[in-house]
Amino acid sequence: MTKNIINFIATIILAYILSLFMPWWSVMTAAFATALFFPLKKIAVFFVPFLGILLLWFVLSYIHSSGNDFTLAKRIAVLLPLGGNPYTLMLITGVVGGLAAGIAAVFGKQLSLTLKKQ
Amino acid sequence: MKYFKLILSLVLTIGIFFALNTKFGSIPPIGKFLNPYTGVWQNETDETVTGEISIPELKDKVTVHYDAQLIPHVFAQNESDLYKAQGYITAKHRLWQLEFQTFASAGRLSEIIGKNALNYDRTERRRGMGYGAEQAIAYMEKYDTETLALIQDYADGVNAYIDQLDPKDYPVEYKLLDYQPEAWSPKKTALLLMYMTKMLAGGDEDLEKTNALRLFGKDNFDLLFPDFFDITDPVIPKETDWSFIDVPQTALPASKAVLDTIRETIEQPNPDNGSNNWAISGAKSTTGNPILANDPHLGLNMPAIWFVMQLSTPNHNAFGATIPGALSVISGFNQYIAWGETNATRDVIDWYKVEFNNDRTKYKYDGNWRDVTLRVEDIKIKGKENYKDSVLYTHHGPVVYDKNFKSDDQLSGYAMKWIGHEGGNNQKTFIELNKSKNYDDYVAALKYWNAPAQNFVFASTQGDIALWIQGKFPNKWEGQGKFLMDGSKPENDWQSFIPQQFNAHTKNPERGFVSSANQHPVDENYPYYIFNDGYETYRNRVINDYFNSKDKFSVNDFKDLHNNNYNLKASELTPYMLKHMDTSSLTDEEKVIYNEMKAWKFNNDINEVGPSIWRQWYGKLYWMVWDEFDLDSTALDAPSTYQTINLLKNNGNHMLMDIVKTDKTETAKDLFLLAFKEAAKKLDTIKREQGDYKWVNYKGTYAGHLLQALPAFSRFDIPIGGDRNIVNATSENHGPSWRMIVEMTSPPTALGIYPGGQSGNPGSKYYDNFIDDWAAGKYHSLNFLQNDTATDAIIGTQTLTPSN
Repeated sequence: MTKNIINFIATIILAYILSLFMPWWSVMTAAFATALFFPLKKIAVFFVPFLGILLLWFVLSYIHSSGNDFTLAKRIAVLLPLGGNPYTLMLITGVVGGLAAGIAAVFGKQLSLTLKKQ
Repeated sequence: MKYFKLILSLVLTIGIFFALNTKFGSIPPIGKFLNPYTGVWQNETDETVTGEISIPELKDKVTVHYDAQLIPHVFAQNESDLYKAQGYITAKHRLWQLEFQTFASAGRLSEIIGKNALNYDRTERRRGMGYGAEQAIAYMEKYDTETLALIQDYADGVNAYIDQLDPKDYPVEYKLLDYQPEAWSPKKTALLLMYMTKMLAGGDEDLEKTNALRLFGKDNFDLLFPDFFDITDPVIPKETDWSFIDVPQTALPASKAVLDTIRETIEQPNPDNGSNNWAISGAKSTTGNPILANDPHLGLNMPAIWFVMQLSTPNHNAFGATIPGALSVISGFNQYIAWGETNATRDVIDWYKVEFNNDRTKYKYDGNWRDVTLRVEDIKIKGKENYKDSVLYTHHGPVVYDKNFKSDDQLSGYAMKWIGHEGGNNQKTFIELNKSKNYDDYVAALKYWNAPAQNFVFASTQGDIALWIQGKFPNKWEGQGKFLMDGSKPENDWQSFIPQQFNAHTKNPERGFVSSANQHPVDENYPYYIFNDGYETYRNRVINDYFNSKDKFSVNDFKDLHNNNYNLKASELTPYMLKHMDTSSLTDEEKVIYNEMKAWKFNNDINEVGPSIWRQWYGKLYWMVWDEFDLDSTALDAPSTYQTINLLKNNGNHMLMDIVKTDKTETAKDLFLLAFKEAAKKLDTIKREQGDYKWVNYKGTYAGHLLQALPAFSRFDIPIGGDRNIVNATSENHGPSWRMIVEMTSPPTALGIYPGGQSGNPGSKYYDNFIDDWAAGKYHSLNFLQNDTATDAIIGTQTLTPSN
């Protein structure tokens, strides 16, 4: 369990740091890297970084949006369309980031396994 | 097996990256778009109105105060800095719109939105929009480098803003469509002015009229499309003395229209584009000060076409509505004068049939062959190969229609002669008006204005009121350019222009007011040929009747008139229809509607049902009368509303009243009943589906985002009355795009409002915050600062500083 928590926290911190100078796919890089250095097992490989990034992006979106009365979030939630609910938009944002991170982590895990075998 | 999983996970990783980083159809690249670091969440911020910004190109410090409406009050030390600051501040609040409008003008939308815009782009390019903009720049390079330098200043200001933008700060529309702003240039300002020229002087019906003449004959044509109407109350009062004009109208040659069959024509600007303006003299004003008003009627868009600013240097201080992309105030005032515009439509587009030689390198003119100039329009299309369109240019102008575009003729085409292609220095008029101190300055400023021709209303603190109809007008022979002309005959060319000092105008007329509402500029006594079939016939009468109704008027009267919903058009036909229609066959449901109509006092207020019944009834009636004009393979425009109503009342047995596809021969009275029954059926359906057909719901006024009215960024169901041909000209998506009232106290006191907001960011509370007040007929006081000291009205100050 501790490994899961370490990976979870490390992914969030690394993703945040990388985002300062990388495009949106910094979350993929972060999850890939933590999968190499803090390897997990089974479904945790995907879900730990998935949840970590989901949380990170959800919270960051919330922080940006709450300061402005969710004005734009409500409109984008009409555009996409999500019934105008800004929280649904935050959740979708989190899932998008989480999905990218989770898949990159699976790749990281597979790579580390392959490297170990050799 | 391990390798299989490795490769599979790698493929998935690349796949998800690609899926989230790519735009699919109208779906934005979702990872780029939604991530909280650079995506739309970064646009979830309001406008900053404080701080210090370094702009390298500035000569001196510029102070920008913002008031609670987010109106910037710009104080610069010289004109060059002023227009740099205008460019910078406009870009800061309206960058996407600023750029998008010039892309639309240049026929470059395919670059942004893909192949669906190709037909639009080709049309704009064949219309010669880019060519016209280049002519304007060439003219300024040759004759007025001073104005061009100011336009360059504006460009420097815009670019200073773009250069310091990080991609995460791009307006949300760039993120949605996945592209980046490009550098601004003087040509883009010229393109914006072309966009306005197209909007206001880009319509004509020459080819449609040619078809109508061929199909219906000259007698019918003259009856259906008269040059003047019996009730014309022209912009320039009828009693004006024209004896000072000593240059005659061009003599009539023996020229005949070319009666071709034209299948389809290019898209026309909205015929409702128009405006009201008026001014009263001190003697007619309750306070003794002249008062001036302007309300331009344009498409209701988000972001709005107007951006309100105060623009001042130590030598002048102007305030009012600007248009993103153009320098200075367009409709506004300074310490001494106020001005505003309405469209002065005139036939400034003519069409010539040209015949080519076998390889289309030459065309016939005056018995010889002249060289064609080839202009290749290279249209970039997002995600596709470029499309190259060859447009042939003659001395008339571009051959818009030929074998490559809306025509099958291999060796002929139709060339367009348009005032918009003439080049010129329109920008200078506004730069000078902003600085004008009196009537003479105003007249001098107008001289530079070529197109789109405008009725420039004027009032000054000295007590003068005036109205000049200014534009560059060809001195045409009687009837010239009403129909398609033979392009090989020199006598069909525009022979000369009406000397500018002979443009119709009036100063301090006896009646104590000047006004214009897109009606006829003058009556038949003006010594030049005036033709345009689009002249408005209703608003002007309501406005002029109002000012003739009593001795003195106040600012409140002006507000009432802006918001006047009287439907003169309906009042001129409805009683006649109600009286002459045979009601014996009406069902109970139809009788309810009949009685609702009878009770209506012709006001298009939001809770009335009469306006909805009128729209349905007259709309059905109009197309029953003009079913002869509804042909698939021929471009035709049906007669005007005024003439339709005139014929229905005075010529109800005319053969064209008949509905062609029925065996019976219908007259106007039959049509009243047939149209009423169809209207009633439709109204019952609306009632069943929506509960009622009150005007506010029926009309459903909306302000649509420039990207095809994206619902997320638009405002719907705005509760406002009015309609086209009403002084409050608000129809579904069109209406008073800026309402201004200026009283000529010293300094002037002004009110203004427009349907939109100062910010172009849908995430800002300033994006649409004017709309409710605008709909309710309210105004905002414009805080006219007399110096750069911030007052109580100021909520924040930005300082723009030179770098060193």
